[in-house]
Amino acid sequence: MGGYPAEMQESIRHVEATRMHRMDETYPRMPIEERQRLLDDFHPDYIDERMRAIRVGVSKGQRMPLELADVIEGRPHIGPDFNLSEPRAETDVLIIGGGGAGASAALVAQESGARVILTTKLRFGDANTMMAQGGIQAADRPNDSPAIHYLDVIGGGHFTNDPDLVEALVRDAPLVIDWLERLGMMFDKEPDGTMVERHGGGTSRMRMHSARDYTGAEIMRTLRDEVHNREDQIRVVEFSPAVELVLDDHGHVSGAIVMNLELKAYFYIPAKAVVMATGGGGRLHFQGFPTTNHYGATADGVVMAYRTGAELGYLESMQYHPTGAAFPEQILGQLVTEKTRGLGAQPVNRAGDQFVYPLEPRDVEAAAFIRECQGRGNGIVTPTGQPGVWLDSPMIEMIHGPGTIAENLPAMVRQFSRFGIDMTKEPLLVYPTLHYQNGGVRLEADGSTRVPGLFIAGEVSGGVHGHNRLMGNSLLEVTVYGRRAGRSAAHYAQDAKLGQPSLAHVARWNEELNDVGVDTGVTSPILLPDYTRVT
Amino acid sequence: MEDQQQDLIPVHIMGKRYMVPPTLTIVKAMEYAGYQLIRGVGCRGGFCGACGTAYRVKGDPKLYFGLACQTVVEPNMYLAQIPFFPAQRATYDIAQMEATPATFFSTYPELLRCLGCGACTKACPQDLDVRAYMAAGMKGDIAEMADLSFDCIMCGLCAARCPAEEAQYNVAILARRLYGRYLAPRSPHLAQRVEEIEGGQFNTRLEQLKELGRDELVQRYEARDVEPEERG
Repeated sequence: MGGYPAEMQESIRHVEATRMHRMDETYPRMPIEERQRLLDDFHPDYIDERMRAIRVGVSKGQRMPLELADVIEGRPHIGPDFNLSEPRAETDVLIIGGGGAGASAALVAQESGARVILTTKLRFGDANTMMAQGGIQAADRPNDSPAIHYLDVIGGGHFTNDPDLVEALVRDAPLVIDWLERLGMMFDKEPDGTMVERHGGGTSRMRMHSARDYTGAEIMRTLRDEVHNREDQIRVVEFSPAVELVLDDHGHVSGAIVMNLELKAYFYIPAKAVVMATGGGGRLHFQGFPTTNHYGATADGVVMAYRTGAELGYLESMQYHPTGAAFPEQILGQLVTEKTRGLGAQPVNRAGDQFVYPLEPRDVEAAAFIRECQGRGNGIVTPTGQPGVWLDSPMIEMIHGPGTIAENLPAMVRQFSRFGIDMTKEPLLVYPTLHYQNGGVRLEADGSTRVPGLFIAGEVSGGVHGHNRLMGNSLLEVTVYGRRAGRSAAHYAQDAKLGQPSLAHVARWNEELNDVGVDTGVTSPILLPDYTRVT
Repeated sequence: MEDQQQDLIPVHIMGKRYMVPPTLTIVKAMEYAGYQLIRGVGCRGGFCGACGTAYRVKGDPKLYFGLACQTVVEPNMYLAQIPFFPAQRATYDIAQMEATPATFFSTYPELLRCLGCGACTKACPQDLDVRAYMAAGMKGDIAEMADLSFDCIMCGLCAARCPAEEAQYNVAILARRLYGRYLAPRSPHLAQRVEEIEGGQFNTRLEQLKELGRDELVQRYEARDVEPEERG
C-alpha cells in the first residue's frame, strides 16, 4: 500500500540524480552570526505574536508560547477546602512521573534508604524517554573529555545554559552509561566491547551511544524492569496523575493531590519530599505544530510547581526537531531520528541540492528547513499541502554498506514500510516538529528548587540546555538528574518533619488570578489533550 | 484534520458503527468517533506498546493484530480496545544472578512449556519471530534470545495469544538484561573514564570553563576541532 504519489516521485528523481555528486560534497557549517540571523527570521521561537508574558506568580513577565501561558495561568482542579485529613497512602519520597527521570529517581531514592511511591498519568513507561531513538551522549573515548562535552553543550545552547547544571550533566555522563550497563542495558558495541559512538548535531566528538534506534526504549524498559523488581520498596501507581502539590504550614512540600484518571476521584498522598518528573508539553501543540511527544505531555509539572512558588526559566524556547515525518499524513510530526543524519543522510531540496550542513544544532537546522520551504520556495509540498524537504536516507548504505539501515534504524524502517516507503531506496520527506521543552522549573545541580522539599528532574526543568538542546542530551538529562533528584530527595526526607498540610497556596493563586483579572478559561494541569471531534 | 468532503468509511468500535475518514489510524478514528482515550493509547508513535490491538474485517475469518497508533482503518473493520492483560512476571535481583541457562529456567520455569505453535509470532506487531526467540530461550541461548527479541515493545499481544500461558516479553527482557550485564564484552574506555571522573581528574578544567565569560566561551567554541566522520 501507499508509497509516494507521482508528483513527489518526480522530485525524488532529482535527488537520485545529484546523489553520486553529493557523496563527496560537504556543505559548510554556518558561522555564529549567520546562525542568529537565520533564527531571527525563521525559527518559531522568534515570532513575537505567538508569545506572551505570564501575568501572575514569581516569574511573572516571563515570555512563553500563548498555549503554554494559558495553561500556566489556569485554575486548579481542586479548591483550598479539599479534605487533607484522610490520606490514602503515605511515603518518604513521592515521584510524579513514570518516564526515564522518574524511574531513575525511584531507584536511587530507594537505594538511599527512602520508601518510594511513583505515580504516573498513563502506564509506567508511556513517556518521551521510551520514544527517544538516536542516542545518549557521554564523553568516554580517549580523544574526548567532559570538558569538550561541556563546550559543545553550552555552544549548542547559545551560551545561556546554567554552568553548574551543564557541569553536572557532562561529568555524570560516563557514570550513567556505566550504571545503565550494570542494570543490563544493551548498548551497540564492537566485538571487543568498545562502544559504537557517532556524531549528533553540534557534537565535536563522536560520543553518541545507542541501542539500535530503540535507545530510549531500551533505557526505559530496563529501568522499569528494575523498579518492578523492587516492588516491596517502590510502589507504582498508574493512571493516577498528580493535579496539585500540597505544602505544609511552613511552606515545605508535603505530598500531592492525585487523581484516579478512570474514576475521576482525587486523593492526597502525604510525602516528605516530592520529585517532579512529569516531562514537557508538546501535546499543547505550540504554534499549531505537530509533535513527536507522547499523549500525556501537557506541561503538568510546570503548572503544579509554579503554584508553590518555584521559579520558571527558558520557557520562551521550545525545540522543533528538524526531521519530523512530513509524509505520509498518518505519521505527520513523528520523529525521524537524528541518527539518520548521523549515519550520513543529507537534507536536500526539491531540486536535489544541499542547502545546510546536515548536523547543525537543532534550532539552526530546523530554521534552515523552514527557510528552504517558506522563504525560498524550494520545498516539496504533499497532496495534503504539508511542506517538507528530503532526507536522503539511501546515501547511508552507499557510505556504510548494504544492511546498515536495517541494523541501525530498525524502528525507522518499520515505521515507513508500514506505509509502503522503503527508506533504503527512497528518501524521506521531513519538516520540523515540536519535540522538546528547553525551559521549565529552575533547579540546582542537586535537583533541588527554591521550594523546600521540591526536587526536579528531566524535561520539566529549565537551564541545563540553555536555549537549545543537543541530540543525546535528553536521555542523559533524565538519567543524570533523575539520579541526583532521587538521592537529594531521599536525604532531605530523612530529616524532614511534616507540619500541617495545607492548600493555602491554591487559595492565594486563585486570589492573585482574580486580582489581576486573569481568566484563560482553562482548568490545569490539563492532563490529556482533547482530540475528539464530537465534544 | 481537515474535514473535507472525503468519502467516509464504516468501522465498528466495540460493536457500534461509525463513519470515519479512510486515512486515519485506529487511534485517530476512535477519537474522530468521539472517544477520549485513556487506556489503549500511549506514545502514539509505535514505541510504548500501550495500544496493541486485535481486529477483524467483515467477511474475513482471520484475526489481525497491530498497534492502533500505526494501523490505518479499512472499511468494515471491527475494532476493540484490549484491556489491561495480566502476565506473569518474576521478581529477581539482577546483581545476584548468573547468566546461565539454569538461572533462566529457575526464574521462568514455564518457559519449557512452550509448544512452538507460533501464535505469538503471528500476533507480534513488530514482526518479531517470537517463537524463534522462545526456542533460543529453551536452548538456554541467552545471547540469541536477547538479539532476536531486541525490538520488542512489550505490548503483550504474544502473551494474550499464547495457549501455553507464557509471558514471552517478560522472559525476553530477562535475557536482554542478563546479556547486557554479564555477557556483553565491557568497554575498556568506559571503565577508565569512570575511574578518572571518580578520581576528580576533570574537576579543575570544568571549574575553569565555568568561570569563562561569554566572549571567551564563544571563541573556544568556534575554535573547536571537529572529529571527522567515519567513512566506509
